Amino acid sequence: MLDARIPSGPIEQKWDNCRYAMKLVNPANRRKRSIIVVGTGLAGAAAAATLGQQGYHVNCFSYHDTPRRAHSIAAQGGINAAKNYRNDGDSVLRLFKDTVKGGDFRSREANVYRLAEVSANIIDQCVAQGVPFAREYGGLLDNRSFGGVQVERTFYARGQTGQQLLLGAYQALEEQIGSGRVTMHFRSELLDIVLVDGRARGIVTRDLVTGQLDCHAADVVVLATGGYSNVFYLSTNAKASNCTAIWRAHRRGALFGNPCFTQIHPTCIPLSNEHQSKLTLMSESLRNDGRVWVPKRKGETRAARDIPENERDYYLENRYPSFGNLVPRDVASRNAKDVCDEGRGVGPRGQGVYLDFADAIHRLGLQTVREKYGNLFDIYQRITGDDAYQVPMRIYPAPHYTMGGLWVDYHLMSTIPGLFVGGEANFSDHGANRLGASALMQGLADGYFVLPATVPDYLASSNLDSVSASDSAFTATKAEVNDRIHKLLAINGKRSPDSFHKELGTMVWNECGMARSDEGLRKALARIPELRDEFWSNLRVVGTGEELNQSLEKANRISDFLELAELMCIDALNRTESCGGHFRVESQTTDGEAKRDDANFAYSAAWEWKGVGQAPDLHKEPLVFEHVPLSQRSYK
Amino acid sequence: MNLTLKVWRQQSANAPGNFASYEVRDITPDMSFLEMLDALNEDLINRQEPPIAFEHDCREGICGSCGFLINGVAHGGQSGTTVCQLAMRFFKDGDTLTLEPWRARAFPVIRDLVVNRSALDRIIQAGGFISAPTGSTPPANAILVAKEDADTAFDAAACIGCGACVAACPNASAMLFTSAKITHLNSLPQGQPQRDQRTLSMVVAMSNEHFGSCTNHGECEAVCPKRIPLEFIGKMNRDLIRALGHNHREPLVIPAVVQMPSADDPHEKPHEGVPLQL
Repeated sequence: MLDARIPSGPIEQKWDNCRYAMKLVNPANRRKRSIIVVGTGLAGAAAAATLGQQGYHVNCFSYHDTPRRAHSIAAQGGINAAKNYRNDGDSVLRLFKDTVKGGDFRSREANVYRLAEVSANIIDQCVAQGVPFAREYGGLLDNRSFGGVQVERTFYARGQTGQQLLLGAYQALEEQIGSGRVTMHFRSELLDIVLVDGRARGIVTRDLVTGQLDCHAADVVVLATGGYSNVFYLSTNAKASNCTAIWRAHRRGALFGNPCFTQIHPTCIPLSNEHQSKLTLMSESLRNDGRVWVPKRKGETRAARDIPENERDYYLENRYPSFGNLVPRDVASRNAKDVCDEGRGVGPRGQGVYLDFADAIHRLGLQTVREKYGNLFDIYQRITGDDAYQVPMRIYPAPHYTMGGLWVDYHLMSTIPGLFVGGEANFSDHGANRLGASALMQGLADGYFVLPATVPDYLASSNLDSVSASDSAFTATKAEVNDRIHKLLAINGKRSPDSFHKELGTMVWNECGMARSDEGLRKALARIPELRDEFWSNLRVVGTGEELNQSLEKANRISDFLELAELMCIDALNRTESCGGHFRVESQTTDGEAKRDDANFAYSAAWEWKGVGQAPDLHKEPLVFEHVPLSQRSYK
Repeated sequence: MNLTLKVWRQQSANAPGNFASYEVRDITPDMSFLEMLDALNEDLINRQEPPIAFEHDCREGICGSCGFLINGVAHGGQSGTTVCQLAMRFFKDGDTLTLEPWRARAFPVIRDLVVNRSALDRIIQAGGFISAPTGSTPPANAILVAKEDADTAFDAAACIGCGACVAACPNASAMLFTSAKITHLNSLPQGQPQRDQRTLSMVVAMSNEHFGSCTNHGECEAVCPKRIPLEFIGKMNRDLIRALGHNHREPLVIPAVVQMPSADDPHEKPHEGVPLQL
C-alpha cells in the first residue's frame, strides 16, 4: 500500500505542520552525516549547496566536466512565483489552482500547494544570489505572462532564465566546494544504487575518463537526474540527458510514477533533415506576442507574406478566444498536429505552423520586440537561416519534459527508504501536463526548500548503522555493473548505439507521442522487446571500458531507454482516458479535446519492476481533490 | 558537399597525438557541424575504428560543453556562435578543415578534442558567488537594481564557460572569463559587500591556474559566442585597483596558492601576476 505521507490539517498549514513535526539534527552532529546528491541541475545543485550550508557532509556527482553544464541551463522563458507584483489578482491559492488545473487533475494537491507556497521564497533567494532578472526602470522586478494562466507572474532573465538560475545555484555550490563542505565528483556517472537492509546507502559510479568503477557509501542518497524525453531520440533535451539513474533505482525497487505523462512542447524549430540530432525549443514566451496560424487551404504553396489575411486560420485564437495563443502546452501541441494532419502544415515537410510577429512589430516597434526576444530570433536564424523579423517563424511540437518519474511521497522520498528524488526526476507536482515556467519553480523548490527539510528529518528519525564502501553489498552491486558493461563491449555486432536509439525513438514518437491508440501501443509493445533483443545481440561498441568511450556511455544509456520505453507504453495502454499530455484517441470530446475519466483514473500509477520483459505490477495512489473541484478543463 | 577533415587524435592525456585525415561525403547545408561529426563517427564505428571524442550536450549554444578550433579559430569563426550551432551552410564543397582541441596549458587534453577545463571552476570557487545561504534572504523587491546595472550584470552573466577566450588568446589568458563573472556580481548592489575580496581572490586564482595575462589582442572578444566585451577586462582591472586601494578594517585575505607550477618542470616559471607583486 502506498503511503504518500500527506500531513494532516488544512492545506495552507500542511507544510508548516509537516516541518514542525520533523526531527532535527544538532548542528554539531551534521558533519558526521553524509549525503550523496546525484545531478547538478537546479534541484541537485540547490540541494547540495543548501545541505552543505547546513553543515552536512555532501558528495555531489555529475557526468559533466563541471556542474554548470546541466540541462536546466537551457530553460529559456521564466520562473513562476505567486508574488502578485502586478497587482492583477495573483495569490498562492491561484498559482496552486492554475497548476492543478493545468496538470489536468492528475497531481497531488498537497504537493502543488506547497510548491505555490514556496515559489515566492525562490525569487527572494535567487535575487539575493545575484541572478540578473529583468527589471523595470524603477529598479523593481519585471514580470510577463505564460501559457495556461491569466496573470503575469513569470520572472525572467531575457530568454536565458534557466541559465541564470542555474548559475546562481552553481555559484552557491562552488562556494561550498571551495570551502570543503561539498566534495564534487565530475565526469562521474551513476550506474547503480546500493541497498543495505532495504535502505539506499550508496551508489556505484563510473569515472568517464578512466572507466574505473567506484563505490560511495552515505546515509542517504538524493537523485536529481532530470527527465527522460530522450527516449524519443529527437527531443529538446541535451544529448546526454538520460534515464539511467532513475531506471536503475526502479530496478532496485523504486516505483515509477506515471511514465506515460510526457510533455510535447508546442514551439520548437521543425525537423529539417534526416541527420538531425536534436530539436531546438523556441521559448513559449514567444506566444505572448506571436500569433499562430496556418493557411486555410490545404496544399498552400504561396509564401507566408503572400497569403492574405482572410485566407489565414489563426486557429488558436478562433478555437480558444479567452486564452488564444496562450493555451496550455498540451492543447497548443495537439492543435498544431491536427492542422498539419489535415494537410495545412507549412514548410518543406509539411510539419510546421507559423508563429508570426508582424502584428507585434507593428504594435510595439522593432526595438521592443528585439529587446524582449532578440536572442530567440538569433537562435532561429542561426539554425534555419531565416530572419523572423521579416518572415514568420515555423514551429512544430517536440518532446520536451517528462511529468512522470520516480514515485515519491510528500517528503520526496521514493519507495526505497533513504532514496530521495527531486526535480524532473520525480513524478510529483505537474500531473499530466506541466505549465510553462513551472519546471524551474519545482526544481528550485525541491532543491532549496523541500529536500533540505525532509532529508535531515529522515537522518534524524532513522536508525542507520554505519556502512563502508567495501561492504559486500557494494562489491556485489559493483560486480553486476561491471558485468553489464563488459556484456555491452563483448557483443561486437554490426549496429551502432545511435542506430538503435533512432529506431526506438521513432517508434515511441509515433505510437506513444502526441496521440496514442490501443492499436499503436500494442504494436510498439510487440516491437520493443524484439529491438531490445537485437540490441543485446547486434550492438557494436568500439574501444574498451578503460578509457573515455562516448559510444559505451551512449550504449549503456540506450539499454535503459529500451526498458523504460516498454513501461511507458504499458502505462499509456492501461490509462484508457485522455488527460493533459496523454491523449488517447479513443477518449475525446465531440470537439476533439482530451476527455478524462475520473471515475476510473483519478489515480497516479506507480509501477513495480518485475524483471526484463516481465509484466510490471500496478500500484495506485488515489487522488483526492478537496480544494480544486474536478472539472473538465476549458480554455475557450 | 564533400569535405576533408584533419582531426587531432590523441588517445589519452599522456599519449602522443597526431592529425588524422578523413573524407566526409554527402553533407547537407542544414546539418550542424556536430551532426557532420556524428555522421563521420557512424562511419568510423562501421569501420571498427574508434569514433572521435568531442564534447557537446545541449546543442543549442548555452551549456558551454562544446568547442574546438576549426582552422585555428575557436568555434569556427561565425560571430556569436558555438560550434554546436554552426551550420554546414557556411562551408564549401571541397573545403579542408583542421580540427584541434583548445590549446592552453591550463586545459590539458583528455582525449581527441576533449580538454579539462576545471581550472575555470576553481576561479569561481575563489570568489565567483554572493554568499546568501538559503533562507536568509530579504524580499526580492527590497533590493532595487537600476535597469542599466541589471543589464550590464546580465551581459556579463551570459558567459557559458566554454573556454574559447582562453583558446583564442596568444597568452592563454582567462581574463575575459574572470572579468565577466566579476562584472556580473560587482555591478549589482547584492555584490557590493564582497566586492573587493571577490576581485582579489579571483584574480589570484586565475594567476595560479597557469593562465597568462591580457595584452589587449582582443581575440577573446572576437570568438566569444556570447559576445562578452573586452571592456569588462578594463572593469576588472579598475576593480582590482579599487580593492588594493581601499582601506579595510581587516586587510583583505590573499588566498593560498592553490596550484603552484611544479618544481621539476623546466618549462614552467612562476607567473608574474599581480598578486605575487603585492
